[in-house]
Amino acid sequence: MRYIDHHAHMVSRTTDDYQKMSLSGCVAVTEPAFWAGWDRSQADGFEDYFRQLTDFEPKRAAQYHIQHYAWMAMNPKEADDRELSREVLKRIPKFLDKPTVLGIGEIGLNRVTRNEIATYTEQIELAQAHNQLILIHTPHLEDKLKGTRISVDVLRGFSKLEPSRVLVDHAEEHTLEMILEHGYWAGLTLYPQTKVSPQRAADIVERFGPDRICIAGACDWGPSDSMAVPRFIMEMRRRKHSEELIHRLVFENPVQFLSQSERFRIRPELEREAIGSI
Amino acid sequence: MSATSPLSPRELVDEYFIENRTRLLEIAAFLDRIDRADPSYAARDFRMTAFAEALDALAPGGSGARLDRIQLLLSDPRHTPLESLDRKSAIGAFDRSTPEARS
Repeated sequence: MRYIDHHAHMVSRTTDDYQKMSLSGCVAVTEPAFWAGWDRSQADGFEDYFRQLTDFEPKRAAQYHIQHYAWMAMNPKEADDRELSREVLKRIPKFLDKPTVLGIGEIGLNRVTRNEIATYTEQIELAQAHNQLILIHTPHLEDKLKGTRISVDVLRGFSKLEPSRVLVDHAEEHTLEMILEHGYWAGLTLYPQTKVSPQRAADIVERFGPDRICIAGACDWGPSDSMAVPRFIMEMRRRKHSEELIHRLVFENPVQFLSQSERFRIRPELEREAIGSI
Repeated sequence: MSATSPLSPRELVDEYFIENRTRLLEIAAFLDRIDRADPSYAARDFRMTAFAEALDALAPGGSGARLDRIQLLLSDPRHTPLESLDRKSAIGAFDRSTPEARS
């Protein structure tokens, strides 16, 4: 089945991962800017990373017939450093003109500090000023509930922001409703330990339905799985869910959200062709 | 949208019993391992206190109720941000015994 992984940190993966993803049906990935696992010392390091995301990575993905898109941001793990964040934010606008950049992301909160909230707010303003889609990271583990509440509260303060142009990622059972009830898209990211398993993601779909939900692997430099979305497809099939429902979750829904950027080249009208290939 | 799996209850047990039996034994082994190291330790570590409360929450409940209860037990329930960054990463449970937690 053709699928889109809307959250994959491919700079941390080998070309073997691209090959496996392509073999398993992946046709596009979108890569949010994130933390490298260690703190960068200056804004120049971010600029090189943004060039990697927008120049190098699309070419590497194309070798495996996968479309690669990117999101630009100061990530939540380094966003508490206000001085560095201000410098990085100054450098983002020039990357928003790149042909594969879909928006601002992943922005959001990590430990939910006042500095993180200030940087997060400034990046929503940046997205709004440049009419960009927004991809939001929500915190991990015990910080997720509080962080998601505050993230959504800040978003709601932007009265002109269209909720349908925002995806709040890393949702779990206790945060999904507060995301969906305000009109935002929700992402379920499948991790071996710290987020949602393919089994729990299938449970969530059974409990809450498929509307405005996207599924991603969010593979990165830590314990994670570039084959997470195919594992979700297998789990849904294991439970005898319909191919139409599965296709909606792993292809049609991300196409619907991402197509709000004119740069995303998989258009809704091509869905029919894709459905025919199931 | 149905709130259940297309599988029957019997099919769900047939399909998932073995892998969850394995998980149950892993939890038991984890707790025994800690006790072998120091039988009094778990009561002093807020993560293990939360873990014990989560095990109690496995008692029968409505659809999704057990999981939702456990998610809340392991979460920071506060609405206020931190004034400054204390550490880089989350650790999996919230220490409810601190004065900040009770404020």
